[in-house]
Amino acid sequence: MTKAIKAQSLRKVYNGNPPVEALGSVDIEIEDNEFFTLLGPSGCGKTTLLRLIAGFEHPTSGRLEMFGEPLQDLPPYKRQINTVFQNYALFPHMTVAENIGFGMEMLGKPKSEIKATVDEMMDLVQMSEMADRQTSQISGGQQQRVALARALAPRPRILLLDEPLSALDFKLRKSMQLELKRLQTETGITFIFVTHDQEEALTMSDRIAVMSNGAIRQIGGPRDIYDHPADRFVADFIGDTNFLDADVVGKDGDLTALRLTSGKTITASAHDDATGRVTLAVRPEHAQLATSDEGLLTGQLREVVYFGTDTHLHVDLGDGTTFVLRQQNSPDMPANATAGSTVGITFPPAAAQVLRD
Amino acid sequence: MTDLSQNAARRAIKTRWMLLAPALIILAFAASGPLLITLVYSFLTPGDYGGVVWDFSTDAWFNVFLQRDIFDDTLGWSDAHLSIFWRSVKLSLLTTLACLVFGFPTAYFIATRPKQHRDLWMLLIIIPFWTNLLIRTFAILELIRNEGTINTILIALGIIDEPIQMLFTEFSIILGMVYVYLPLMVLPIYASMERLDFRLVEAGYDLYATRFQVLRRVILPLVKPGVIAGSILVFVPSLGAYVTPRVMGGGNQLMIGNLIELQFGQGRNWPLGAALSITLLAIVMVALLAYVRVAGKEEVQHG
Repeated sequence: MTKAIKAQSLRKVYNGNPPVEALGSVDIEIEDNEFFTLLGPSGCGKTTLLRLIAGFEHPTSGRLEMFGEPLQDLPPYKRQINTVFQNYALFPHMTVAENIGFGMEMLGKPKSEIKATVDEMMDLVQMSEMADRQTSQISGGQQQRVALARALAPRPRILLLDEPLSALDFKLRKSMQLELKRLQTETGITFIFVTHDQEEALTMSDRIAVMSNGAIRQIGGPRDIYDHPADRFVADFIGDTNFLDADVVGKDGDLTALRLTSGKTITASAHDDATGRVTLAVRPEHAQLATSDEGLLTGQLREVVYFGTDTHLHVDLGDGTTFVLRQQNSPDMPANATAGSTVGITFPPAAAQVLRD
Repeated sequence: MTDLSQNAARRAIKTRWMLLAPALIILAFAASGPLLITLVYSFLTPGDYGGVVWDFSTDAWFNVFLQRDIFDDTLGWSDAHLSIFWRSVKLSLLTTLACLVFGFPTAYFIATRPKQHRDLWMLLIIIPFWTNLLIRTFAILELIRNEGTINTILIALGIIDEPIQMLFTEFSIILGMVYVYLPLMVLPIYASMERLDFRLVEAGYDLYATRFQVLRRVILPLVKPGVIAGSILVFVPSLGAYVTPRVMGGGNQLMIGNLIELQFGQGRNWPLGAALSITLLAIVMVALLAYVRVAGKEEVQHG
């Protein structure tokens, strides 16, 4: 099956003094009908990749294909790709309906078809009463919907979304996340979504590509990325993580034996070339408190921070690092640990992930 | 409480008037005053050696549009004046159009340069303004006259045998006025263009609009205020131009400005000159009203 987007050694260098390499030899394959997210901090190259796919930028080198057809020499107006811009970029001199119909008008569709589609799209994003409003007369959330409807109306094969939710307030963002996911499933269009918000990426995506410094660090499903981060950057960027030093002491089939700084040995799955000193990542919610004898690690409980749904326990391991545990709160749970006491920390082998450097 | 706020309001109004005063005084003495004097003069009788005699007369206004045949005393349209009016309007419109054709791409070019280079480009546009109008006009004259640079080079290259008559034609007047007024078109268009969000241009391309469609449907409607302002800034002074048609038209291609000068000078008919001035003002006003109405209507159609 052909890929919706296939990039091979895609590279983009911006001229300047010195030249800036925004994207360094990226390979990526995006499936048809997929909700694919490019996730990374600002300046990681995710927007550059999006703009290359949209056609606003020309790659310095490399190949870009869309459903098997070469894409890099097509101007944006010949690509069946539409974009929802970060600032929405609605045409201020047109009404809501005119904005939504613009793409189809440019494609030379008959007036009746345009009208039918515009009505349908406004229905889809619940903006029907606003058809004749100017874009300056509607709220940010409404502008967002219009931008979405405008990009969907010409029925693109791929929809690009450039941090479209970043300007919305928390509640609206939550509901739009679900709505976007619903729209993607309903329309069957491939969504390529750019965001720096890891939670947004985890909630909506089928697959996520984590990027930094113009390179892709890891591609995988949300669970994959969260539970098995490939390297320190991904583990650090997505969610909260405790980093532990450990030494590889032996191999047992698929499992690797590791000695923690406390002297205790655990087994965990690791990549093959893990030797010597490695870094382990353990998610705060995957670790539990134990007695100091049972614990894989021991330390002094410094702080107990109550967060409503859960409680964060900060444990000083004695070697200058702090291990954070997250316990889900329940009404019948006793407040067992008090700050200052010596506690043990334990976690199942599956919770420990050996990171690549 | 209310007293206090009323006092504050009164003070605010007083301050506003005082701030406005210099502008109002200048307007009264430098704009409305002379205009009023001109209006009054247009209803007086010409003096023998220029100036006016304080006798009420409508002769000047009569002579603006009409003339009495010197042989059979019949009344007819003043062909000379009407043809000058027509030439003025025609040349001004053509000048405005030419300025738009050359100025719009120029403004677009500058607005799409990197920010740190734009000021330099604008400087290049403005530099000619630093030179005296007369000198600039004579520079153009030197270029296009029969023994001028262009004809000399063309003859030397053997492309033509005889010099092309460019000077003292309507073409040369338009050329001169376009050269002089082009910055007045570029500046306001550039100002609107610089404020244009070029992400809207990208959105246009993204939504299947070709370059031309983006220009027509996205860029033009958004920079229209600049285009309107630029057109007015070029059209109005073109209509009253005096130096350029005088130098480039060689005295046989008069425009209203030259006609008015003639009445106050050699013609010694100040009332007629005053009446012609008011007529010029009226033409400008009518043209502007028509233009703004047409330009404004399009806005409504486009929503």
